[in-house]
Amino acid sequence: MARIEPTHGSDGTAGTGEGTRRPHGRRRAVRYAVPVAVAGVAAASIGIGTALASSGDPDLPKISAQDLIAKMAKSDAQQLSGTVKVTTDLGLPSLPSGLSLGDAPGGGKAGHGSAGKDAGADTSPQAKLTELASGTHTLRVAADGPDKQRLSIVERAAEYSLIRNGDQVWAYDSKSNTVHHSTAPKDAHGGNEAPQELRGASPQELAKKTLAAVDDSTSVTVDGTAKVAGRDAYQLVIKPKAAETTVGAVRIAVDAQNGVPLKFTLSPKGGGKAVVDAAFTKVGFGKPAADTFDFKPPKGAKVTEDKADGKGGKDAKGGKGAEGGHGRDGAPDLSGMNVLGKSWTSIAELKAPGGVGSGSGAKGSKDAGPAGALLDSLGSKVSGSFGSGHVFSTRLVNALVTDDGKVYVGAVTKDALIKAASK
Amino acid sequence: MSQAELTTAAAGRAAPSPLWALSLFRSEVGTVFRRWRTIALLGVLAAVPVLVGIAVKMETDDGGAAGHGGGGPAFISQVTNNGLFLVFTSLAATLPFFLPMAVGVVAGDSVAGEASSGTLRYLLVAPAGRTRLLLAKFSATLAFCCAATLTVAASALAVGAILFPLGDVTLISGVTVSFGEGLLRALAVAGAVALSLVGIAALGLFVSTLTNSGIAAMATTVGLLITAQIVDQFPQLHAVQPYLFPHYWLSFADLLRAPVYWDQLLDNVGLQALYAAVFGSAAWARFTSKDVTA
Repeated sequence: MARIEPTHGSDGTAGTGEGTRRPHGRRRAVRYAVPVAVAGVAAASIGIGTALASSGDPDLPKISAQDLIAKMAKSDAQQLSGTVKVTTDLGLPSLPSGLSLGDAPGGGKAGHGSAGKDAGADTSPQAKLTELASGTHTLRVAADGPDKQRLSIVERAAEYSLIRNGDQVWAYDSKSNTVHHSTAPKDAHGGNEAPQELRGASPQELAKKTLAAVDDSTSVTVDGTAKVAGRDAYQLVIKPKAAETTVGAVRIAVDAQNGVPLKFTLSPKGGGKAVVDAAFTKVGFGKPAADTFDFKPPKGAKVTEDKADGKGGKDAKGGKGAEGGHGRDGAPDLSGMNVLGKSWTSIAELKAPGGVGSGSGAKGSKDAGPAGALLDSLGSKVSGSFGSGHVFSTRLVNALVTDDGKVYVGAVTKDALIKAASK
Repeated sequence: MSQAELTTAAAGRAAPSPLWALSLFRSEVGTVFRRWRTIALLGVLAAVPVLVGIAVKMETDDGGAAGHGGGGPAFISQVTNNGLFLVFTSLAATLPFFLPMAVGVVAGDSVAGEASSGTLRYLLVAPAGRTRLLLAKFSATLAFCCAATLTVAASALAVGAILFPLGDVTLISGVTVSFGEGLLRALAVAGAVALSLVGIAALGLFVSTLTNSGIAAMATTVGLLITAQIVDQFPQLHAVQPYLFPHYWLSFADLLRAPVYWDQLLDNVGLQALYAAVFGSAAWARFTSKDVTA
């Protein structure tokens, strides 16, 4: 049987026209070099691309920290659209929702108070933004002045959109095809501020919250420059001086031109990956198309109206999506809660919410039932002059649940929590 | 090598009439689409939307909404409002497995199948050159990718139009567009899905040149598909995931946002092009240098 071998040059590539046979092995090796080279070029260009993106800090005139903060304060960029990537890593154990410790500190209780009734498919903004408390999410934001905003959480084959136009706030969840409608309180916060849930995780809002906490217990410096979303930016570094806090440093990249915060990174004192990292991957300061902010409930979508009395509770949780970002900050609005200490080392003291998350676990621990065992496995047992309790640690926030039902939460070390509880 | 062969080979190289190349492609397409197996595959693909449509219709006959609470395949909650969404639901349901499996079967069989049935050497006797034959095989596989996707989409559109109302389309960003634009977007989605299959087509072609057994090539290709899908599920392996060919498959849904979110769509196109380049050239390297004994 005749063996059919490749005809030299018949495909016009390897042919030298000599018509003689070349050694098989060599020719084969040369041909296999092509796919290897293609893969190599691809890998190299990906590598170079990443290297180019991360290097090349822009050359900008020096600026003092005060001037940079002033620049941020008087930044008047009202129109903006872009894509934000938010990565939150509190180091929480992943628990089934409802048991999540992530929202226990700030909003667990209140979340159930105002929005708990339709737990199945909850379209209300506050419930949705809780999801931002862990993992990586892509948001698309657009804003035109103080009362037209749009924020969409880009999900796999679905999207969750929040649209504010004037005093109308709409939320649309494409996954369940449901709409949530509420009316924004005009001037509720003094001035024309947007409802907080619209901005929870944007670098601007996080930066604002952080700057509000800057006082003499904080060192603020400018640390070089960076390129964020293709724009030149200064890096503002804020470091709390207090030894008790678990916050290592906050870095904010501020647009060199218009003072808009483009990137927000919060790293824990323990080192490692940032706890919160919110950055624009794309940003533009042009006026977004007007119809971006038009919203009519789609045909066939289920619409739920928000009751006006839910307002107080809602605002308290507004920044919850970024709870880790400002540890002590979202909490103080909660009613029935004491704040011990101030600034970076403040600790929230509250009664354990019965029936929710850690609270019910705390009671169960006395009976050493399954819940108690769970609690023991998650938290470490501590005791002091306050009695005994469990400490739950994340990479940023620590919580102490005492056996008599009190909860101490703060972005502080365990020792500071025990000290606060012992007082 | 006889004188006649040399002359014809030389002639083939000197004047490759474009029409002639087309006829090679046409004969390959004919080979693919005349097979009962191919027709059966397309039939299965066409049946999926029928199944989904009837299931949704039965579930929602009492007035409820399908997939309430966000369960089930993507877009399923919208199907009762607009039959056009059955196209998106069906594509989302078939893209993870049915579609790539069909492509894997056709691509895996393309060279190895000919080799195992003993017809490959007769193909090579034709003065076309192996490169051109391989290109014709690859193009025929790509034609099958398009045909398979369009089969699902067309069947879904027909079933959707029969069972559910059609009308203005609500995009997943909550924006409502006209039915005409919805149809255009559906066409774009079908295009994006067909493009998503280029990677596995190239992979299948390469595997097909490695063996003389059609079954082995098909099984390997489908096995690689499943492996890639599994690896894509583990969060611990996130470092390699952006380089797996199924990773951006669901990005076709980004065409239904307003404005369209291009990042992942473009990533997908780039990734599929990379797979086509790497495995296409690997298939070429293998096929043009191997001994064909059968």
